[in-house]
Parts: sequence; C-alpha cells; structure tokens
Amino acid sequence: MNAVDAKSITQRFGKITAVDDVSFTVSEGELFGFIGPDGAGKTTLFRIAATLIIPTGGRMTLFGLNVVSDFRELRNHIGYMPGRFSLYTDLTVEENLQFYATIFGTTIKENYHLIEPVYKQIEPFRKRRAGHLSGGMKQKLALSCALIHKPRILILDEPTTGVDAVSRTEFWEMLEGLKREGITIIVSTPYMDEALRCDRIALMQQGRLMGIDTPAAIRSSYGKKIYAVSHRDRYRLLLALRAMTDVDSPEPFGEAVHINIREGATVDDVKKSLERAGLEGAEVTEITPGIEDVFLELMKKGS
Amino acid sequence: MERDKVIEVKDLVKRFGTFTANDHLTFDVWRGEIFGFLGANGAGKTTAIRILCGLSRPTSGRVMVAGIDASQKPEEIKKRIGYMSQRFSLYEDLTVSENIELYGGIYGMSMKEIVPRREALLEKLSFTSYGDMLIRALPLGLKQKLAFSVAIFHDPEIVFLDEPTSGVDPITRRQFWEMIYETASRGITVFVTTHYMDEASYCDRISIMSEGRIVALDSPSALLRQYGTASVEELFVKIARPQKIRE
Repeated sequence: MNAVDAKSITQRFGKITAVDDVSFTVSEGELFGFIGPDGAGKTTLFRIAATLIIPTGGRMTLFGLNVVSDFRELRNHIGYMPGRFSLYTDLTVEENLQFYATIFGTTIKENYHLIEPVYKQIEPFRKRRAGHLSGGMKQKLALSCALIHKPRILILDEPTTGVDAVSRTEFWEMLEGLKREGITIIVSTPYMDEALRCDRIALMQQGRLMGIDTPAAIRSSYGKKIYAVSHRDRYRLLLALRAMTDVDSPEPFGEAVHINIREGATVDDVKKSLERAGLEGAEVTEITPGIEDVFLELMKKGS
Repeated sequence: MERDKVIEVKDLVKRFGTFTANDHLTFDVWRGEIFGFLGANGAGKTTAIRILCGLSRPTSGRVMVAGIDASQKPEEIKKRIGYMSQRFSLYEDLTVSENIELYGGIYGMSMKEIVPRREALLEKLSFTSYGDMLIRALPLGLKQKLAFSVAIFHDPEIVFLDEPTSGVDPITRRQFWEMIYETASRGITVFVTTHYMDEASYCDRISIMSEGRIVALDSPSALLRQYGTASVEELFVKIARPQKIRE
C-alpha cells in the first residue's frame, strides 16, 4: 500500500485552476519533495492531503484512507506543518506542545524520543511565548507539535522558506532522522538545491507537475551537455554570452554562467569569442546539470 | 583609493534590555555598489537594517546614511532611501497605477512628475496593459518587479531590499537580478539581503553577520580565496554558524 495515492487531483478557485490534473504516489517511508516557486500549487495540494480542503476533482488516499470520506480517522495519522506559523503565539513553547499532545490524546512524555532531536534545541526556552521566538525556533516548535502524536506521515509546507542556509541544512538533517524512524514525509520547497535531499521529487509549476523522479534521474534527464563559464566580470560575461550565436540559454548561477553550446561549435570556439569580446582568461568547464538547470529548461519548454 | 561612502557605520551597538542585537558593527557601503548583507536568522540583520532606514535608533555608535546622522535625524533618512521587502510592498486593493502614484506622492513628487515617469515605467516593464489591474491579480513575479520599481521610483540614493526574491521562480529571480544590476549602474546603491547563496555571489561585496557581529566583509571572490571555499554557500555554512544556541 502506498502512503499517498493521488489520481487526477484538480482544484479550482473561481476561474483560477490552482492544481491541474495532478497524479502521483508516495511509498511508505519515502522522503518526497515538491519543488516549485510560489503559485505553483504546492500549498493547495498539501491542504488537500492534510484533509483541510475538498478537491474539485480527482481522488486522493493516504494509507488507503480517503482524504475526503475518511478524514476523521486520517487526521490521527497526519502531522501537518503549514507554511505560515500557526501555533498559539500567546502560549509558551511548552504549553503549545502540551496542547497538541492533549488534543491527540497523548502526552509529551509518551513520544518524547521522537521529538527529542528537534525539541531539545528549543527546550531552554520552554517558558517563552511562541510569539517571541525567532524564525528558526518557531519552525522547530511547529515541527515538534506536528510530531507529538507520532504521525505516520508528515506534511511540511515550505518549512525552510525564509530560513538561512545553515538552519536549512540542520532542518534537512532532522528530516533524515525522522525518515529513519519510518515516518513518510512530503515536503515542499522553493529552494532547488534542497531537492537533492529527497528520495524522489516532483517539479511543479503553475498547477502542473512537470516531472517526477529521483533527483539523479531528473538531473540526467537534462539530456544535453552543459558548461559553466566564469570570469571576474560576471555581468559583462553574461551580456557577451547572450550575444554569441554559438551559445544557447546562458543563465547566471552564482559564481558562473551556465550555457549550452550549439551543435557544430566547440568549447574552444566559445573561448575565442570571449577573448574577442575582451573577456580573456574566462574558464569554460563541462558540469553535471543541477535540479535548477532542469527546472529552467522545463519552464522554457512549457511556456 | 578613496571612494564615496553612502553608508558609514562605526561601532554601532543596539541593545534591547540585556540582549545585544548589534555588537559594535563597523562597515562602509560605497556609492553605486551592490552590497549583500548576509547572516543566519537572528544574527541581527533586521535590527541593523531598521536603524539604517531610520526606523530605530542606535544605542550607541555613529551611523551616517546618505549624509544624514541616524541618531539625530532618522526622519530625513526616510526621504532619501527606497525600501522593499518580501512580506509587504504594494497595496493589494489598489491598481498598478494607483500604487505608483501613491508611492510617488508619499515621497513628495507632484502628479506632473509622476505621470510621465509612471508611463515610462509601465512601458519599460512591458506593463502597459496592467495599469488598471489590481495588485492582488498579478502573479508574484510581476509583483516583485513592480515593487522594486516603485521602491526606486523617486530616485533614492540607496535602496534596501529585504529578501526580495524569496519564493520567486528561477526565471523571474534572474530577471530581478538584472534589474538590480541596471539600478546599480545608474548610481543607486543596492543594499540587499537574501537566503539564496548563489545571489550572494552576484554582489560587489558581502558582509556576513553572526551573533550580532560582522564576521566577514569583502568581495565574494576574495572571501572564497581567504577561506578556501568553492562557493558562498560553503563559506556561509563555515562561518555563519553560531557557536552555540543562546538567549
């Protein structure tokens, strides 16, 4: 039995189609990521999975239970962390946790082992009101509350948005720990680099899935050679590459510009053209495409 | 080489009760540069930005923004800067044109000045057909581009961008950075925060804050050489991690 089985899920709000005929499955114990920008439909899809809204069309089950007709039973098995902080800001850290434990008929003590790696980092502040926590601490409290009833599946909507690179790395390490406990996790993120942490990912844009696979398979689906070009003067480099007929889709990626080279042209041709443009000493290296390279490519094809 | 300093910060300290959010910050920002202001959550970035924007006063130290002393005349600073954040930037219930007029008006521009500039802006953004559209009907990417344009509509000396690309799709994110480059090339200083580490390397210089202090400040390439890391992401993880969790 799959942890999640979604068939042709569609959600309309008036004239807007937020989720458009989306199908996917998630296996038990899988760490499954939805990657896409704001407005892709990730939040809507997660709300449907969390039994909070009824889809306009399609069918979704979690562990064989229907998200619409079996929602009461299903809620015992779901830990949901919405994108916006939605714990009680006037309650302390400990009171929030206590509250969630109580409504699910359990105690903090009973499942403490599960939340310990996350909760012990905020335990020194257990008497502080949740509204007075920093962003990173709020996120850890929200995850603790989502876990306190030992759910079979965690639904995490953009848990790392607006979180710094260090805390994001720590957060993903926590998720890997929970996965080892056998908990299925579906998680969404706008940060493409985080995709590599997942067992499988779905690339989402404007309500549709553009692809589902392992990060490695998604990267190899790129299907062309890609090169990183670097030079001290990055902006001039980008403009020069755009003007070159041998070069396709130059896109800035931090320290380098990623390009494809048109058929018939070589790395040397590109280097020579760059020299002619006054960009001596530019380096051109073949690289493995990243998730963001693939995403950009799929976006261009789609539009 | 003496460069024109548009922001000068010397020994800036900001305390809230017993908590020191900014602990003797000293740095300059040069006119026309793209300055990346990085740090982990809770490092003290927001506190410092609020002081630089004239929204909060330093406990001690000297802060000059566009030639104005932030301890003496914070209100004057507000007239000379632009500000845009990810959370709030435009009024959802007003149209594109109304938002532009509102911001122009707030910064003391007359309709005579506003109208031709508004038309030029809509043209430049290929937005002419969106003029009468409500902000809430615009896709996020367009909203962010417009919010940035509105923040620099009155030609400020400095524009502060607080996580301007958070959640924006990868194509729009890149277009947004081209707007930043273009703005800086016009001489407007860009002071930007981001959690996308690839964007940090698009800055002329970056500073990295940790626990209320600046722990690194230089051009991205110089910092990579200094710390022997291959990317800003690696550098950030190496030096921005606080030693321990504390109050």
